[in-house]
Amino acid sequence: MSKKDVDPQRRTLLQATTAVGVVGAGFAAVPFVKSMTPSARAKAAGAPVEVDIGNLQPGKVMTVEWQGKPVWILRRSPEMLKSLQEVEPKLVDPKSQVADQQPSYAQNATRSIKPEVLVVIGICTHLGCSPKKELAAGSISPDWEGGFYCPCHGSKFDLAGRVYKNVPAPTNLKVPQHTYVTDSRILIGVDPKAKKGAA
Amino acid sequence: MQKLLAWIDERFPATKVWEEHVSKYYAPKNFNFWYYFGSLAMVVLVIQILSGIFLTMHYKPDTGLAFASVEYIMRDVPWGWLIRYLHSTGASFFFIVVYLHMFRGLMYGSFKGPRELVWIIGMVIFIALMAEAFMGYLLPWGNMSYWGAQVIISLFDAIPLVGPALSEWIRGDFVVADATLNRFFSLHVIAVPLLLLVLVFLHIVALHKVGSNNPDGVDIKKKKDAKGVPLDGIAFHPYYTVKDTVGTVVFLMFFSAVVFFTPEVGGWFLEHDNFVPANILNTPPDIKPLWYFTPFYSILRATTEELVRFGLIPFVVLLAALTVVSIRNIKAKAVTILAAVVLLVGFLMLEAKVWGVVLMGLSLVLFFFLPWLDRSPVKSIRYRGWMYKTTLGIFVVSFVVLGFLGTRNPGHVDLILFQNVRWAQVLTVVYFMFFLLMPWVSTYDKTKPVPERVTWK
Repeated sequence: MSKKDVDPQRRTLLQATTAVGVVGAGFAAVPFVKSMTPSARAKAAGAPVEVDIGNLQPGKVMTVEWQGKPVWILRRSPEMLKSLQEVEPKLVDPKSQVADQQPSYAQNATRSIKPEVLVVIGICTHLGCSPKKELAAGSISPDWEGGFYCPCHGSKFDLAGRVYKNVPAPTNLKVPQHTYVTDSRILIGVDPKAKKGAA
Repeated sequence: MQKLLAWIDERFPATKVWEEHVSKYYAPKNFNFWYYFGSLAMVVLVIQILSGIFLTMHYKPDTGLAFASVEYIMRDVPWGWLIRYLHSTGASFFFIVVYLHMFRGLMYGSFKGPRELVWIIGMVIFIALMAEAFMGYLLPWGNMSYWGAQVIISLFDAIPLVGPALSEWIRGDFVVADATLNRFFSLHVIAVPLLLLVLVFLHIVALHKVGSNNPDGVDIKKKKDAKGVPLDGIAFHPYYTVKDTVGTVVFLMFFSAVVFFTPEVGGWFLEHDNFVPANILNTPPDIKPLWYFTPFYSILRATTEELVRFGLIPFVVLLAALTVVSIRNIKAKAVTILAAVVLLVGFLMLEAKVWGVVLMGLSLVLFFFLPWLDRSPVKSIRYRGWMYKTTLGIFVVSFVVLGFLGTRNPGHVDLILFQNVRWAQVLTVVYFMFFLLMPWVSTYDKTKPVPERVTWK
């Protein structure tokens, strides 16, 4: 059809109709797109988890599940705590300045509420693998001070979950919200201030 | 019979379609071994769809039942083991066949004009196939299924701003969970296979519009006889239907040998870690995708701060300088410099993880641009100079070695001198050099004269 045969009024009407149709199709797509977001059941499943660490020996680590993720609780021995200072020059963010990676009460030299007890989500900040617990010094290389090593892409973290330089992971491991219900019981998923409300 | 056909032809273009695409579709008479793989890819597609239909009758897409239902298929369903091994072996053979099919295109310049759309549709098929394989791999709900999906979906987290919301939308949960398994099942059995069928149809329609290339890269439509049939063309049926039948039979011998004698291929087709149910607290010690993804996976994990600083930055500077020197248009020069500056700022601002994802995506996207990156007047490798032959050879070696490194621990030394990750970094740069230096390589490469007619003994 040549330009001359086009009735401009009908053409405008046609374009307007098409535009309305496209907008309508966009709205119709919303329920389908939304149906793929986490369901109410999935959202409700993230309840806090209470853990007894009374039997956790110094230098040992335990793993619990919270929101479908592994959470490590490591009771650090005095030597382990000493290593935290020694490795600082090799770390990307030794002072935990990236605020999203821990609650403010864990934004300190040991990344914990009690210096010896580390609570950290055991998921690599690179691509979500769960790193191996290579706690013994020298276990993966002679200069290794102990920490966590991700087998997927070779990321390394120290005993406070802080990431080493020159590995694929960009930030420190995430410290979840947690609080002490008693001296030896930790509630994971709740801030200290909100303790009463959550229980 | 004749009457019936006439009756149908009045209502449906049966004879017309048959003649146009089969009995009077003239393909070059000099097809060689490499021209088997297109039809073989269709054979594997049929194997996958048929075996998939029967697997779906017994499989349960539920995190509590999936692993056991696969074992049920293997042990209790009559002939279930055969159907499952056909499907798992078919997945790997699909990629073997498709990689060889793509290599054929690179060798004989089948991606070059006028076949750009054939190539682009083919690349979309390849990416859909990767999505199909990836989602299918979650379904057995083995430990490698789970952690593989976890890692690949986390890739989307790296996208600035929308990343975390997007990966949550893909998973339908905060981690890979029942919702993820269920939707991957839906996409794997309905959405992507439908898309693949449509794309394969378009691939063939586009091919039949422009006609097949051949090992000489000669356009056979230039020389036609009085009836308009290309002098170097032979009818697809019966000549190539017979040839492809022979190819299919030989292929099925290899295929059956794997299915019946070594369906796991020592962990290459079915990984050992996937014989253990998914465990959300325990990543397998050596997490790796199946072999057909490892070249791209290698590029992903080679991208560290070091590679960005000592590999990508010099590479981009060099490429920008080369482009500015080579082109005359002032505007284009300015755009090149601007793009390079934006990239360099990006390299310094965004973390290496983001660039790993970008590079992995780019390693596929660059294939789409091949028809325009290649400036050579000649299609086939037979008439190209030493430069294209050498760079293509280096590219194939780097692709294969990247694939090997992707199955290995990055910190170990499996090749000579350096750690695996260092080799992967070097080869990642080589991989991209093949594409991005191609405009210069193909311009300066001395070509040989192309014959008027195809060569054929």
